[in-house]
Amino acid sequence: MVWLSNGAVVVVLALASLAGIAVRRNPLWHDAMRRLARRRPITLMALSVFGLIALLDSVCWVGGETGPGSGDAVAAYEARSLLDRWFEPESFRERSYSAPFAAEEFYGAAPLEHPGEHWLGTDVLGRDVFFLTLKGFRVALLIGGFTSLIVIPIALAFGIAAGYFGGRVDDAVFFLISTLASIPSLLLLIALIMVLGRGTTQVCIALGITSWVSLARLVRAETFRLRELDYVEAARALGVSEFQIILRHILPNLAHLVVITFVLLFSSMVLAETILAYLGVGVDGSWGQMIDRAKDEFSRDPVVWWNLSAASAALFALLLSVNLLGDALRDVLDPRTLREL
Amino acid sequence: MWAYVVRRLLYGFITVLGVLFLLFLLFFTVANPEDIARKAVGEKASPEVYAQWLENHGYDRPLFVNPEYPTSSLARYTDTLLASHYHDMLTFDFGRSDADDTPISARLREGALPSLLLTFPVFLGGLLFSIALSLLIALFRDTYIDRMAVVLCVAAMSIATLLYIIFGQFLIGKVLRWFPISGFSGDPAVVWRFLALPVMIGILASLGPDIRFYRTIFLEEAHRDYVRTARAKGCGEGSLMANHILRNAMLPILTRVVTTIPFLFVGSLLSENFFGIPGLGALTVEAINGNDFSTLRTMVYIGALLFIGAQILTDVTYTIADPRVRLG
Amino acid sequence: MAELLQVSNLSVTFPGSSGRVTVVDDISFTMQAGEVLSLVGESGCGKSLTALAIMRLVPKPGRIETASRIRLEGQELMDLAVPDMRRVRGEQIAMIFQEPMSALNPVQAVGPQVVEALRLHERITSREARARVEELFERVGIPDPRKRFESYPHQLSGGLKQRVMIAMAVSMRPRLLIADEPTTALDVTVQAQIIELLRELQSTLGTSVLLITHDLGVVNELADRVLMMYAGRTIEAGLREQILSRPRHPYTHGLLRSIPARAARGQRLAEISGVVPSPEHWPSGCRFAPRCSERLEVCTKQVPESLELDATHSVCCHAVAASLAEGAP
Repeated sequence: MVWLSNGAVVVVLALASLAGIAVRRNPLWHDAMRRLARRRPITLMALSVFGLIALLDSVCWVGGETGPGSGDAVAAYEARSLLDRWFEPESFRERSYSAPFAAEEFYGAAPLEHPGEHWLGTDVLGRDVFFLTLKGFRVALLIGGFTSLIVIPIALAFGIAAGYFGGRVDDAVFFLISTLASIPSLLLLIALIMVLGRGTTQVCIALGITSWVSLARLVRAETFRLRELDYVEAARALGVSEFQIILRHILPNLAHLVVITFVLLFSSMVLAETILAYLGVGVDGSWGQMIDRAKDEFSRDPVVWWNLSAASAALFALLLSVNLLGDALRDVLDPRTLREL
Repeated sequence: MWAYVVRRLLYGFITVLGVLFLLFLLFFTVANPEDIARKAVGEKASPEVYAQWLENHGYDRPLFVNPEYPTSSLARYTDTLLASHYHDMLTFDFGRSDADDTPISARLREGALPSLLLTFPVFLGGLLFSIALSLLIALFRDTYIDRMAVVLCVAAMSIATLLYIIFGQFLIGKVLRWFPISGFSGDPAVVWRFLALPVMIGILASLGPDIRFYRTIFLEEAHRDYVRTARAKGCGEGSLMANHILRNAMLPILTRVVTTIPFLFVGSLLSENFFGIPGLGALTVEAINGNDFSTLRTMVYIGALLFIGAQILTDVTYTIADPRVRLG
Repeated sequence: MAELLQVSNLSVTFPGSSGRVTVVDDISFTMQAGEVLSLVGESGCGKSLTALAIMRLVPKPGRIETASRIRLEGQELMDLAVPDMRRVRGEQIAMIFQEPMSALNPVQAVGPQVVEALRLHERITSREARARVEELFERVGIPDPRKRFESYPHQLSGGLKQRVMIAMAVSMRPRLLIADEPTTALDVTVQAQIIELLRELQSTLGTSVLLITHDLGVVNELADRVLMMYAGRTIEAGLREQILSRPRHPYTHGLLRSIPARAARGQRLAEISGVVPSPEHWPSGCRFAPRCSERLEVCTKQVPESLELDATHSVCCHAVAASLAEGAP
């Protein structure tokens, strides 16, 4: 797990910097990004903060002090992230519920070990809610990001193949797409998870399988259009190989579609995970799971509200930022073909 | 045009066959009958119980090819799980639940009405509200009202359905005490009191994305040349919206509306469970929790059937509604 | 002739990246009843916006500036309330658009679209309206009007669609007909027919026509007077013969020399170097100065005043003014 998590961080950072260089080199994209920054400065700032939190929770290693008085022998042998080390969750625990900034337990009136230090209170097991909420950022970004890594290559491969080569290939791909698209996505999602088994990877794969279709369909239609354009025809007439044409002329013109769909898919996948969490097949540590667990606390008397509110607010903040970004991206990159998303 | 309808129906049927194959792959090969049986009878059950369960549920045959028959015999291919899966599903013989052995068709019939009672008002109310509101917003285009409305829609889209339900139930059911928090009744005189809350929440949850979508459509139409022509002949904003813009926007709206029809069936997955309405959504959730693969399989199949039917309906209505398609 | 339309100090602005950009800049002209006035200029010079402004149909976020005055038969259009202005549209001023393909509602048959134009202004039964529309169709040369009444726009050719547009425009016998590039989107042979139809309608109905075009051939066919526009301003105005045979402004001059039919065979066509700048980059002084072959020093600094050459011909050009000043003493 240590190398997987850290490896993912390296890959993500490398991809991000590659994308940054590519944007910088292309005047059209550079200009679009500048306009984006001017339109949604706060959204971009919020998203970078969220990303940073997720990053802090991804860089991890084994060993080091587990904090005084924790007495947790196991923790010393587990990989702990920067965020874990900062909060030292093993020693930052109470016995049960406590309200935000409280000095004693919510139901027991017994004094807390860390009075006034739990900004968002603690949950039933006495864990700090603020810490758990922050950890949710990594899970949410994982759901959206990891799935996109599955979705985008598949969708591009199928969409381009169908749109560019047409004929039999197109018939086959179109049949596959229309078959998958004719199953209501939530049902397909549930079926997939039931069949694949529960767990983070399985949920991500299931989300990937259900959501590649919409992008593939867009890519297919756009490739179809691009293929007929004069400059592609000209390239073909000059004897440029099919592979070269796809690489040089088709792919770059699909980039904006991919970027916008990625952002829109991201929020729909995080939303779908909350439903899965409610159905008991979600991802561990997600806000959906927190909400699902906290929903019954909401009907207690007196109400334990901070658990639910913290997870809901974090979920809303992330989705709002992503949706606002998607909205602006759509305006900046392509106001026309994407209205259906 | 009839040729088109027939062709469309045929393609729909082929898609159904595709869906069935996909379901077979998922429920018979990825999760094979042995796993299902083991989950149903428990890990420690004797081999006899286990074999008996497989036989009772019709899982005791090979997947694709039955080696008991000679190669020339057709039964080598028909007496298999694949063939019986196709046969059962296409003849709507859904068999019994893997979890509690009740006939699935009976449970579907029971659940259909409560589900419809919940989802139909949500569907209709959501449609009316969102079209009316988005027309209103479209009238205020290029003003702060419009921009505010868009931001509100995006915000509404960022709230998970789960949260709409939790907070809606809390606010309306618990704090304001307008309606009972949950429950259901077969008595038509009482049942609306139970349905009011989930319907209200359902409509509210659908407004954000729908208004945003319809607004985009209306604005797109409002910028077209024929609108300018209508203005130039002295058309007022109201009749412009009703006679010209709405009529042209009907086509994309139609597409959107029909694609939401299958969600009448499953969209209430969460709220049925929350509000204790014994519909198909609740049945699905039960199937998930009880590892009831045969029920789940049936639900997915029916959802897909409805969806394919709805798509065919859209395409056909489209040809009627759009003179460019109808008259070629 | 009575004065029909009087436009004075018309300005239209759009929001730009730094403040509002003036796209139509302080235009004034008058039209007599029964006259055909042609507004000529390259695309982007503001001529279509001028036409839309007269109908108060400038698309948002564009705006007609408050100093603008548009007077139709003594009535100030800028002061009219919105419902009153709506009554003017279609009844007193009607408009024909450039693209007959997209200017008609695609999901409504063409007959009812013209019926709507009638019934917006007149209380008549739908049967009467239908009869009137079929008559109109006949009048504008649509064959088989009864059948065409039920046709949808996509079933008609471009020329027929433009005839439907014309029928719609003249249905209320407007005092002023604005034709915005009525032939640009059509085939050459159809163009001639439409021009002929417009000429015929204009003379029999006595309607004034404000003809917007960049095609000097059309101007030659139809116009009584010509108003040349460049970069949002009028630069020359005069009778047709004056503009077409004795142009004074260097831009008009250049435009005329670039017509293929007028140049001698085998001779290179003259061209005006450079392109029309976009409104955000309009130069100060005379806006044509950067492309002008007769540019003087004053041209880049000072906006040229309108100079009356005779009762009907006026021009805004420093070079012309200078040559006149030289010749005068």
